[in-house]
Amino acid sequence: MTETTQKTGFLGRLMALPNDDPRKTIFIAVLLCLMCSVLVSTAAVALKSQQTVNKKNDIRKNILAVTGLYEPGMDIDAAFERFDVQLVNLDAGQYADTDVDLDPATFDQYKAAATPEYGVNIDDDIAGIGNRAKYAPIYLLRDPDTNAVQQVILPVSGYGLWSTMYGFLSLEADLNTIAGLRFYQHAETPGLGGEIDNPRWRAKWEGKKLYDDNGNVELRVVRGFVDENASNAEYKIDGLSGATLTSRGVSNMMVYWLGEQGFGPFLHNLRTELESN
Amino acid sequence: MASQAKKNIVDPLIDNNPITLQVLGICSALAVTTNMTAALIMSIALTTVTAFSGAIISSIRAHIPSSIRIIVQMTIIASLVIIVDQVLKAYAYEASKQLSVFVGLIITNCIVLGRAEAYAMKNPPVMSFLDGLGNGLGYSLILMAVAFFRELFGAGKLFGQTIIPVANEGGWYVPNGLMLLPPSAFFIIGLMIWAIRSWKPQQVEAPDYQIHQVHRTEVL
Repeated sequence: MTETTQKTGFLGRLMALPNDDPRKTIFIAVLLCLMCSVLVSTAAVALKSQQTVNKKNDIRKNILAVTGLYEPGMDIDAAFERFDVQLVNLDAGQYADTDVDLDPATFDQYKAAATPEYGVNIDDDIAGIGNRAKYAPIYLLRDPDTNAVQQVILPVSGYGLWSTMYGFLSLEADLNTIAGLRFYQHAETPGLGGEIDNPRWRAKWEGKKLYDDNGNVELRVVRGFVDENASNAEYKIDGLSGATLTSRGVSNMMVYWLGEQGFGPFLHNLRTELESN
Repeated sequence: MASQAKKNIVDPLIDNNPITLQVLGICSALAVTTNMTAALIMSIALTTVTAFSGAIISSIRAHIPSSIRIIVQMTIIASLVIIVDQVLKAYAYEASKQLSVFVGLIITNCIVLGRAEAYAMKNPPVMSFLDGLGNGLGYSLILMAVAFFRELFGAGKLFGQTIIPVANEGGWYVPNGLMLLPPSAFFIIGLMIWAIRSWKPQQVEAPDYQIHQVHRTEVL
């Protein structure tokens, strides 16, 4: 008892109460929550800038990798200066810089797809993504000397077996030849569908053609091996064994994003523009 | 004191291992052991959380009202987990992407709450810290061992470095796809528990019941 009487002030008296006293219980709960929230928010705020840099670099690294420019340990920001980031209005097939005030570098098309303002519901949803944004960022790799477009990098996404697969597809300047394909986020079965990350499989995409003479998407992932002597072999890619649904997902994703609902109109316009130059 | 400290760290490694003896924290052991890098980051994250939550809970244990003690423990553990997750996102981005939700799920890991409730609530901070450290290391030991087998036989690699060249990259080894799926971790942990209990029979639990021997003379 002598100890409790020695405690002075409101806090001292509160702390000296027995632990099961409701007043002390509430006091401890409030105090603990305050301290924990201060700690958590301090950590979140202090590390925010570093995390944003990481996220940005991760996307940039994947874009560099799909063009074949990436080397470990390189200065990502310096290398990325060769890229021209543009926002594309998918329905109009044109650059969106005139009709909206959005920053192409920070616009998140996958987040925007779920918002009523920018989202569009997909009718014939072969890619299995439900909604897409009206706008999508694209990346033009320009020659540092002549400023000519060397590659065009398009973001693609689609549903596989377990997950939506997110990646980048890089096209040569003729906009009909694949320069590279790379996925940066998916949760397909490791060893089966997860083989979409396998460099040997990704290498099979390079040099394949997208459109037939009438402008239809002809590119497909087929079952088994592609017969190299067949007339349309340049449109076909070997399916992954044991991953039929993932392969089909990748195939549908390409048909969707390169077709009329995706980047088709834009690629058509860009081709005309590049040819006239 | 010194011997108690040593006991707190060494005991949970084999003799009182949280995974193989107490069979706690199995869920994350299944999820993050497909490769050793992910398992290592997860081990470090969990060990940090267990050690510091033990120390913090123990240092305020005299003032924790018993009616809300679990919530108090959870709040402290959750805060630590969020901090660890934020640090990983800032300084080990690749690894944190790979671990995705599993760092956050340390909050629900039974080992952390188990040590807080069973040890930190009754013992001084330094000892609680060491106890948390020891249990975290015990968890890490099993996690690393499971990841070793899964990555080696599932992908022919260790820490992402090729050890056995696999067939679809031009080598001779056809990887065992099952090793990359969660059930394989169950098999490996099960075999480990079998091995450890054969080596240390005192870990074998007494059977819950025994079939009663009925004799002819006995009246049922």
